Amino acid sequence: MRPDFHRELEALRPVLVRYASHVLRAPQAAEDAVQETLLAALASPTAFDGRASMRTWLTGILKHKCIDVVRREQRQAPVAAPDPEAAAHEFEDLFDERDHWREHPHEWQTPEAALQQKEFRRVLESCLSHLPRRTVQAFLLREQLGREIEEICRDLGLSAANCSVLLHRSRMALRLCLQKNWFRA
Amino acid sequence: MNPTVSCRRATELLSEQLDRELSLEEKAALKAHLLICRGCRAVDQQFRFLRDAIRDLVDGDEPPSRG
Repeated sequence: MRPDFHRELEALRPVLVRYASHVLRAPQAAEDAVQETLLAALASPTAFDGRASMRTWLTGILKHKCIDVVRREQRQAPVAAPDPEAAAHEFEDLFDERDHWREHPHEWQTPEAALQQKEFRRVLESCLSHLPRRTVQAFLLREQLGREIEEICRDLGLSAANCSVLLHRSRMALRLCLQKNWFRA
Repeated sequence: MNPTVSCRRATELLSEQLDRELSLEEKAALKAHLLICRGCRAVDQQFRFLRDAIRDLVDGDEPPSRG
């Protein structure tokens, strides 16, 4: 084992907790997933071959722990499928009765510059925190953990159509939130 | 599929194209819609940016050496 292995693991704990907090939402669940990850790493330090960074190795383990937690939660409290009736009335402020924009969205100017700013990350995290838990989980399983849509449906026990509804809802809500709190003209 | 899609439907397709391969009919309908609708072109840009922003949020403080 590398002499500083233990210390290197501990140093990465805050990064890992932040990673798990986004998708799991509950601080205790995030702490638990990280704890399990660190224990798994300590149990088989030789699995770390040094080719990837230690952080990449650990987030790889943590990713699977997070998916396990989401599935466990799904078994304990199944996700309600989105109500198609309600979905049809969603975003009524945005679309007219013919489902065309009431007011056209505008392209964001140099959005990539926002990624350089700490304050933008804070705003994005706040926007994520305002989404319903299951909705944000579907979105982050996709965008943070890179899960395929079929896998997300299985993780959350939803049909493909319902998964797509959650992902669309997340993206629409996040673009509105960022429009209001960061990109306002 | 109706060759003309509404803006609401176009935003659904813009989201779905990030998660699955659209059918040829869906692609054609979306492409035709985007040609005439700058609002939906903006949403296309914004959805794609969201993907980058989430990746950055997660990996952002990785040392600059990352590949």
